[in-house]
Amino acid sequence: MNLTEKILAKAAGRKSVEAGENIWVDVDILMTHDVCGPPAIDIFKKQFGQNAPVWDKNRLVIIPDHFIHTNDYYANRNVDLLRKFASEQQLPYYYDVGGEDYKGVCHIALPEEGFTRPGEVLFGTDSHTCNAGAFGQFATGIGNTDAAFIMGTGKLWVKVPETMKFIFEGEIPPYVMAKDLILQIIGDIGVDGATYRTMEFAGDGIMNLDMESRMTMTNMVIEAGGKNGVIEPDEVTYDYVRQRTSAQFEPVFGDTDARYHSVRRYQCEDLLPMVAKPHSPDNKATVEEVAGTELTRAYIGSCTGGKTSDFVAAARILKGKTVKLDTYVVPATTEITRDLKTITIDGQTLWSIFEEAGAKIGDASCAACLGGPPDTFGRLNGQEVCISTTNRNFPGRMGSKQASVYLASPYTVASSAITGKITDPREYLTEGTPMADAV
Amino acid sequence: MSNTIKGKVFVLGDNIDTDQIIPAGHLMYSLEDPEEKKFYGRYALSGVPDEQSGLPDGGIPFTPEDQFESEFDIIVAGRNFGCGSSREHAPFALQQAGVKAVVSPSYARIFYRNAVDGGFVVPIESRGDLTEHFNTGDTAWIDRDNNKMINERTGEEFELLELGEVAHIVDAGGIFEYARQNNMF
Repeated sequence: MNLTEKILAKAAGRKSVEAGENIWVDVDILMTHDVCGPPAIDIFKKQFGQNAPVWDKNRLVIIPDHFIHTNDYYANRNVDLLRKFASEQQLPYYYDVGGEDYKGVCHIALPEEGFTRPGEVLFGTDSHTCNAGAFGQFATGIGNTDAAFIMGTGKLWVKVPETMKFIFEGEIPPYVMAKDLILQIIGDIGVDGATYRTMEFAGDGIMNLDMESRMTMTNMVIEAGGKNGVIEPDEVTYDYVRQRTSAQFEPVFGDTDARYHSVRRYQCEDLLPMVAKPHSPDNKATVEEVAGTELTRAYIGSCTGGKTSDFVAAARILKGKTVKLDTYVVPATTEITRDLKTITIDGQTLWSIFEEAGAKIGDASCAACLGGPPDTFGRLNGQEVCISTTNRNFPGRMGSKQASVYLASPYTVASSAITGKITDPREYLTEGTPMADAV
Repeated sequence: MSNTIKGKVFVLGDNIDTDQIIPAGHLMYSLEDPEEKKFYGRYALSGVPDEQSGLPDGGIPFTPEDQFESEFDIIVAGRNFGCGSSREHAPFALQQAGVKAVVSPSYARIFYRNAVDGGFVVPIESRGDLTEHFNTGDTAWIDRDNNKMINERTGEEFELLELGEVAHIVDAGGIFEYARQNNMF
C-alpha cells in the first residue's frame, strides 16, 4: 500500500484497503470556520438534536478566519454563532475573534496549534484542508453536511483515491520557490488532472524543503482537482509537530511495493519562476514569457503565500526598495504577524522593511484571497491587474469579475511590486541579497 | 425523487468553479432562515463572466436582478463543473434558484459529494460534452430510468451515465436520510 492507503486502512481499522473502495474511517480532527461552521452546526442540531453533544469535543477545532475584519452584519453574526456553539459545547479548541486566542487562517493555525499529526485523518470544511498533507496526514475538504455527520458520529465514508506521485530530483535553484513547483505541476496536468486522486510529493528536492514550503505544495493540490496531497513525514516533520504539541502520533509510510496511478519526475535544476495567468491556476507561463506585463496591484498573503518564510522571501527583495504598485501584505496568522515584528534582515524587521517600501500591512485573516465583503482589506473592486501569492485566480475570485490575477511566488510578486510589471526575481536576487538574521 | 426531470436549460462552459456559482461576498447568509436563504437563489451563478453566462450567446443573467428564482431548471455544462472551494453553499444556491439537475461530462469531487450528500441537485454525468447540442432556453427531458436526455427543440437524444452507488443516496434525498433508512444511526 502507498502512504495514503496506509493512513486510510489504519483509520478504517483494516489490514489493507485498495484504491476505488468505499470505506468508513474514524476521524481524528474535524476543523470548521466562520463560513461553513454556522450551516454545519444548523445541520448537526437538526439531525442530532438541539442539545446533542458533539462526538468528541477534543477533536473539533473551530477557527474563524474568513470574514473577520469587516463591518458586515451577517459576517459578524456568524462569528457570534460559532462563539455560542463553542460555549454550549465547552469546546477547548475555539479560537475566538478579538482576543488573545485569535489565530487567523485555519490551514496555518492548525499546524501552529499541533493538529496536523503524521498518520492521522483530518477533515475540514474548506477545500485547502489538503494543506495538512505536508505532515504525512490524510487531509481533505468536505461540505457542511458531511461535517455535521462527523460532528455527530466521528465517522465519514471516503473512496480510497489512486495516487499520482511527483518526484523532484536534485537541488532547487535559489530563485525558485515551492510555489513555482506546484504551479508547474498544475500547468502540466491541468485543473482536473488529479480529480479524485492523491498527489504525493517525493524526492530530495521536496525532502530538503522546510515545513512551510512543503505546505505550499500540498495546499494547492485542490487546484488540480486532487483529493489530498501528501508528503512522507521525516525528522523535519517530527521537529515541527513536537514543538507544537505533546500529543502522541504514529507516522505511517508507503510500502516499497506500493502501487501508483502514475509517477512523474522533475529535475530541479530545470525549474524556473512560474506564473498562472488569468483566469485559471493551470494557465501557466514562465515569468520570462510574461515579463513586462503591466500590473496595478501586488498581494502577499493567504494560506498558500502568507507564511513567515513567504514574507522573509519578499522582504529580502524589498529591503531598501520602494514599491511602484499598491502592495498589500497580509500575514496568515497572528503568530506570523509577531514574526514580522521580530525577524530581521541586516537588523531591520520584516515589518519595517515592508512599511519603508510603502506596502500596506493588514490583520491576519483570509482577507482578499477570496474577495469577501466589500470592505475587505486588499479586495479587488474594479479592473485591477494583480500579481498575488494566493492560490486561485478564477474570474472574480479576489472580488471583481473585471479584475485579472496572476499567481506567482513571493520572490516574483515582490520583484514585480518594485517595477510595476511582471518581473523575473533573478533581476533582484543576487549572491549579495541578504538572508534573514539568525534568531 | 421523480425519475423524469423536464425543464429549461442553461448552458455553461468548462471549469465553472464554486466562486462563479456563488461568489464569496454572498456566503454569509443563513442557509436555514427563510428570508436570508432566498439570497442564494438571487446570486446563484452571478460570478460567471457576462459573456459566458448562458451559452452560446452569453449575456443572459441566470437569475434576473429583482428575482430570487431562476427560470432555468437544468444546467448543461462543460467539464470539471464545481471546481475550487468546498462551499456547500454552491449546490444549495443552485437548488434555491430552482435547479433540479446538472449535466456535465465531469465534476470536481467536493461539489459532487456535496450535491449528493446534501440532496440539493442531481449531478448527472453525460457521455461526452453536450454543450454544443443545447442552446440556453431549450427544453430538455432527462429520463433517469433509461439514462437518456432529449433536446425537445432538435429531437436529439443523448446517453447519460448511471449514477452508480450514489443513486441510493440521491433517491433517499441525502446522506442523513440514507443513513436513517439503513439504520446506520
